[in-house]
Amino acid sequence: MMGLLVFWRRFRRNRAAVAGLAVLLLVVAAAIIGPVLHPIDPFDMIGRPTQLPSARFLLGTDVSGRDILAGLLHGARVSLVVGIVASLVATAFGLLVGAVAGYYGGAVDNVLMRCTDFFLTIPSFVLAIVIVAIFQPSIVTVTSAIAAVSWPSVARLVRGEFIAQRDRDYVRACRALGMKDREIILRQILPNALPPVIVVSSLMVATAILTESGLSFLGLSDPDVISWGYQIGVGRTVLRVAWWMSAIPGITILVTVLAINLVGEGLNDALNPRLQQR
Amino acid sequence: MTALLEVEGLSVHFETARGVVRAVEDLSFAVERGQTVALVGESGSGKSTAALSLLRLLPAGASKIAAGRVRLDGRDLLALPPRQLRDVRGAQVGMIFQDPMMALNPVYTIGRQIAETLRLHLGLAGPAAEARAIELLRRVQVPAPEQRIHQYPHNLSGGMRQRVMMAIALACRPALLIADEPTTALDVTVQAQVLALIDELKAELGMAVLLITHDLAVVWETAQRVIVLYAGRKVEEGPVGRILTRPRHPYTAGLLRAAQWAADGDRLAEIPGTVPSPHAMPPGCAFAPRCALAEDRCRRQAPPLRTLEPGHVAACFRAEEIAP
Amino acid sequence: MSPTLAFLTRRLLQLVPVVLAIAALNFALLHLAPGDAADIVAASSGGASAEFTAELRASFGLDRPLHEQFVLFIGRLLTLDLGWSHIQQAPVLELVAERIPATLLLMVAAITVALAAGMLLGILAAMRHRGWIDGILSVVALVVYATPQFWLGLMLIVLFSVTLGVLPSGGMMTIATEMGWAARAADIGRHLVLPSLTLGLFYVALYTRLMRASMLEVFTLDFITTARAKGLSETRIGFVHAARNALLPVVTLAGVQIGHILGGSILVETVFGWPGLGRLVFDALLQRDLPLLLGILLVSSVVVVLVNLVVDLLYGLLDPRIVHR
Repeated sequence: MMGLLVFWRRFRRNRAAVAGLAVLLLVVAAAIIGPVLHPIDPFDMIGRPTQLPSARFLLGTDVSGRDILAGLLHGARVSLVVGIVASLVATAFGLLVGAVAGYYGGAVDNVLMRCTDFFLTIPSFVLAIVIVAIFQPSIVTVTSAIAAVSWPSVARLVRGEFIAQRDRDYVRACRALGMKDREIILRQILPNALPPVIVVSSLMVATAILTESGLSFLGLSDPDVISWGYQIGVGRTVLRVAWWMSAIPGITILVTVLAINLVGEGLNDALNPRLQQR
Repeated sequence: MTALLEVEGLSVHFETARGVVRAVEDLSFAVERGQTVALVGESGSGKSTAALSLLRLLPAGASKIAAGRVRLDGRDLLALPPRQLRDVRGAQVGMIFQDPMMALNPVYTIGRQIAETLRLHLGLAGPAAEARAIELLRRVQVPAPEQRIHQYPHNLSGGMRQRVMMAIALACRPALLIADEPTTALDVTVQAQVLALIDELKAELGMAVLLITHDLAVVWETAQRVIVLYAGRKVEEGPVGRILTRPRHPYTAGLLRAAQWAADGDRLAEIPGTVPSPHAMPPGCAFAPRCALAEDRCRRQAPPLRTLEPGHVAACFRAEEIAP
Repeated sequence: MSPTLAFLTRRLLQLVPVVLAIAALNFALLHLAPGDAADIVAASSGGASAEFTAELRASFGLDRPLHEQFVLFIGRLLTLDLGWSHIQQAPVLELVAERIPATLLLMVAAITVALAAGMLLGILAAMRHRGWIDGILSVVALVVYATPQFWLGLMLIVLFSVTLGVLPSGGMMTIATEMGWAARAADIGRHLVLPSLTLGLFYVALYTRLMRASMLEVFTLDFITTARAKGLSETRIGFVHAARNALLPVVTLAGVQIGHILGGSILVETVFGWPGLGRLVFDALLQRDLPLLLGILLVSSVVVVLVNLVVDLLYGLLDPRIVHR
């Protein structure tokens, strides 16, 4: 509890981060209760196509006469869920690989890091496209594909932290006490290695949202749910006459991602007070 | 005739999160033409800070020259506009540094780094600058200078790099050379060579040298006058013969003893205790916590500098009692 | 053999495991996919009888055991056979190879813009540390980091092509006009402006921040004090002495990010109809041309490794301490 208070006090010092958090909470709220307050199916063709924003359609309608605001609210769910889940999965996997490689070192480390470097070399967006295309676009495949290309950076980071910690006295003491490796990794080293990982994985949510929007812009999105990237793709077809149709979801992505990045920087300041200079 | 360099009441402060650090406080001294003056002290005594602030070379921002005057040939360098100050740097005053590994730019050739000064201050360019750079390298006894000018710093040994630094510092025949621990990072044999070279060039060019060092052996061989700094303040100043044989400040005496022990091969040749933290300076004499002679008044009040003999000053209440 | 040539040979040999690993990945993806290549081909040719599918399967060797298939797959790869696009009726390698120059042109243009602008702005920000230029650049960088590249491209089209009408909105050159090579180059250049800006802007922001941090680090080094003691102006110290050293870590990072840039160019090419790998990906996606997609993944990975090699060589030119052995 005390720790949380100290954390909040440090976080609060970064005003931009607090603003980012406010915006982010707003987006989350919109995703959760938005569709309830504005109960319109984003796929329903309910009006004349390509309308400018008006009292009836606050953000206008798209080329098929669908309500853009409803699309944004439902899209928020997709973006946040994909972003957060992909980031969590990638973090978990990266933690596993990095912890094992860093803790055991030697041949295990060598093999795991070769794999990690390999995934860092191949163009991750292309790989994500291929994965989604092969397994057919759906929320699950899109999330998995993004997680599959995001874990290597976490693995590298975690490995570095574990290498720095594994020969410290407290770890030696645990070994001398006969503690199992799994226990040392999970209970002893991991808590120490976590702060920078939290920062990286929070920033990863932002990258994941951008990747998701790129994929759905290419048409690689779940056909049953609407997403921001898909909306931009739809608006693109009438870019010359109705630029706002792509502009609105784009700005939504920009603001959301910006908010997450600001929160990430605030987390960094609060969790790693020594590393403030970037 | 006035001295070449006159420093008066120089104070340098650093703003830190824990308050103002007085790195140099009320420092005054003079350097005559052709003379070598040594500024001596342990690390943290403020000697390098003082040397850097003479040409306003301290990184901007945290540090501030709080007070004082630095007159070179009567001109106050601290009051000079930046443009004119740049004309003094490298032309009238040359400077060499402690670590020649770090003091040269790793991505440019030796020749280019020497020629840069020549072009800036003497307007030499192209073949003329190159010829002059070769000549300068020969003067500082760098073998095969024609090849050296095309090499990079990492191709050279530490001693050679310090010679290159000297070539740069002396390129415009400065009236004053500031040498900030010029031999500390070098091997013992190379140290002697570099010091001998500084002496030789000093005589040849008739320049004055301000030598910053912690090594009393170096002082003995090269300097005429010695200034001893402790915790940012001058504690003693005098001719080299007197300071090294009959010191009048317990700190100087301690330094001499430590140097003697070091020469005898004692690995722990140090004055007991440490320099007080700049954030927690004692109210009286800064040396009192480490001083065997300290008494109550030393802890209450900082002793002023007193002239003990003509040209010999010390800041100690009990200066007369100190045994060499 | 000269040291540089030996270095090159060794680096090129390092390509082999990378290519093999991608091949293995491709093979795995193909076999994890619901249905095999034969089903896909059969489906893409508009539904087919069971016999036809079985025939296809046999012709691909898909009826053999997995390890045999893998050996065959690698064997074909060694003869530069990346497979056959049943949709475009052409070898995958050929289809990919003809698109690479356009993508490389776009990438090189974007990286050049990003490095030049990022360097300049980073130097300025560092020399005016905590000043207003520094502040504005930080804010702009934050916004740019958060902007989806493809959307930025669309908005630039709206501004420069639709509203102002000063730049073409797509394609690589004006079609069906005869022109001399100089006019053609200028024409391609005009088409290149918006795509390279769209692709490069993110990296301008990134390199600006990196260059700034790197400059601030270099400013604390001793040789900067030496430069000041020589009497050099702050401008010369910043641009000549600090910048060259500060550039080194930025170039290293630029090398690491080649894959990221290539991924970005896929989207940017789609937006601008640039006839490179990105467009090919888009077409392959529309037509569900899996062999082509996998071929693109393989070739683009190789491109990344090769460009990395070039960056390493360039780094050697910038830093005299590096000797390639």
